[in-house]
Amino acid sequence: MSLSARHTLSVWRRNASLYRRTWKVNLLPNFFEPVFYLTAIGIGVGAYITEMGGVSYVEFLVPGLICVSAMHGASFEVTYNVYVRLMYEKSYSVIVTTPVSPDDILIGEVLWAITRASIYGGGFFIVAGVFGLIPGVSALLAVLVIPLTGLMFASIGIAVTLRMPRIELFSFYFTLFLTPLFLFSSIFFPIDERLSGVWLNVAEVLPLLHPVRLTRAAFAGEATMTSVWDASYIIVLSLGLLFWAKGTMRKRLSS
Amino acid sequence: MQKTPNDTQPIIEARGVTKTFDGIEAVSGLNLTVPPGICFGLLGPNGAGKTTTLRMLYGVSEPSQGQIKIFGMDVGRNTRAVRARLGVTLQDNVMMENMSSRDNLFIHGRHHLIGEALLAQRVAELLEFLEIGADADKKVLKLSGGFKRRLSIAMSLINAPELLILDEPTTGLDPAVRHALWSKIRGLKGDGKTILLTTHYMDEAERLCDQVMIINGGKAIRQGAPRQLIEDELYPNALEFDCSSEEEQRLLEGASELVKLRTGTRLMVFAKDTEQILTRLQKLDGGNRRAAIQRPANLEDVFLAVTGTHLEDG
Repeated sequence: MSLSARHTLSVWRRNASLYRRTWKVNLLPNFFEPVFYLTAIGIGVGAYITEMGGVSYVEFLVPGLICVSAMHGASFEVTYNVYVRLMYEKSYSVIVTTPVSPDDILIGEVLWAITRASIYGGGFFIVAGVFGLIPGVSALLAVLVIPLTGLMFASIGIAVTLRMPRIELFSFYFTLFLTPLFLFSSIFFPIDERLSGVWLNVAEVLPLLHPVRLTRAAFAGEATMTSVWDASYIIVLSLGLLFWAKGTMRKRLSS
Repeated sequence: MQKTPNDTQPIIEARGVTKTFDGIEAVSGLNLTVPPGICFGLLGPNGAGKTTTLRMLYGVSEPSQGQIKIFGMDVGRNTRAVRARLGVTLQDNVMMENMSSRDNLFIHGRHHLIGEALLAQRVAELLEFLEIGADADKKVLKLSGGFKRRLSIAMSLINAPELLILDEPTTGLDPAVRHALWSKIRGLKGDGKTILLTTHYMDEAERLCDQVMIINGGKAIRQGAPRQLIEDELYPNALEFDCSSEEEQRLLEGASELVKLRTGTRLMVFAKDTEQILTRLQKLDGGNRRAAIQRPANLEDVFLAVTGTHLEDG
C-alpha cells in the first residue's frame, strides 16, 4: 500500500485532536522559553558583549534560537511520543486495521511533527517580534525555514525511533546529538570565526547549521549560493531518511 | 472487483495459508472458507496461531505461502478496499485513554474517511447500540474493562462493516458483561453481518458460532458445527468424577461404546447412557458417596479431547 493524502491527513488529525485538548498547557511553555532565553542570555550576557556578527548580541541569538525551538518541537514529537504510540499504546496496531497504510502513518506523524515545530518556532518568532528583534520584511522569509527545520528533525528523529531498542536510550539522542548541535551550530557564536579546519567540515555535515544559516540569511536579507546549498541539504537529507524509514515502518507494522 | 453482492461467494476464502517466523511455522497450510451471514469461530489454546491468522486475513501480515481472498478480492493487492468493508476488534483495547468514547469513535471513523455528518450519525447509533451513551464524554481511562471492551467493538463497527473480526472478544470480563456482549454479537449476526471470532472459551463458541475450526500448533485439526463435532468426537452424555486408575479399570471393565478422558485424578466418561456407569460407581462406593457430575457433552470436551489431553477409546 502506498501513500494516500486523505488517509495521511486522518493520522495528522488524530494527533491534532489530542493536542487541542491540552493546547493551553502545551502552548504556554513555548512562549516562556524564548522569553527566558532572550532576557537571560541576550540582555544579561549581552550586556558584556557589544556586538556579534555585526549586530547586538541579543539580535545575533534570535535566528538560531528560532531554529532550536523548531528542532525541539519536532524532536520530542517523533521520539518519545511516536515511541509510546508504537510500543506502549500500540495505537498503530488499531490504525492499520482501517484503510490507513504504514506509509500514511509515517507521513502523518512527520506532518504533525512539522506542525509542532511550527508552533514552537513560530511562537519564538512572535515573541522576538514583540521584543522588537525582527529587523525587516526579509526576515519574514525565516518563517518558511521553520517547517523545513521541522521536516528535517522529524525525519532524523523518526528514523532513529523506528530502530530504538529501549525508551531510556532517547536521552543519548538528546544529550549526545541535539545538545552539541545546539551549542556548535553558530547559534551562540559564529563558528567560522572560532573553529577551524576539520571542525568546520564536521559542522557542515551536521544538520542544525543549515537552517540557522538560512534564517540568518533571511534576517540579513541576503541570499547566497550557500543558502541554496543549505536548503538542498535539508530537503535531500529529509527525503533520504524518510525513504529509509518507510521500509522500517512497514516492517514494524506488518510481520 | 465484484460490485453486486453474490450470495454464493464466500466472504473469506483462504487456501494453503502458511506463516513462518524465523523458520518456525506459526500457521501451516490453513484452508478456511466462511460463507456470508454466519458466525465462524477459530478455537485454539494460547499460541495456536489464531491471532496470526487474523492478521493475515485483514492484510497486516503477509502469508509466507498461500492465498487469501476477502469479499472475493486478494487481500495483499486490494488491502484498502478490503479493510474499508471490514472491522477488527483487537485482543487488547487500543484507544486514546485521555480522550472520551465519543472522541475515540470520531477519530477512528476519520481513518475510514467517513464524512462528518454520516460519522456523527453512526457515532450516536453506536453509543446507543452498545449502551455507552451515558458515559460517552468521560475520559476512557476512567471507565471499566467491560466498558472499554464495548467501546473497542463500537470502534470496529464505525464503518458499518460487512465482516466483523473479533479477537477474543470477552477474555477477562465478568460473566454478566460476557452475556451482554454475546447478545450484542448475536444481534450483529442477525443484522446480516458475517462474524469471525477467536476464543479459547468453548462455551462462548458453542453459544455464538455456527461453524468452528479448532486449531492447534498452527494447524486446523477439526472443523464443523459445534453440535456436529460433539456428535462426531464423543457421545452425547458425560459423567465426571475423581478416581484412581485401578478404580477406573474395575468400573469400566467390560463396558463398551464409551470414550474416556482423564486430566489428573479427574475422569470424564462419555457414553450414550451414563446411568449404568453411575450405578456401578455407587455400587463400588457402597452408596452415593462420591461427587459425580452428569451432564451433556460439550465443545470443551471435544476441545480437550482433540488438542492433546490423552484420549482413549473404551
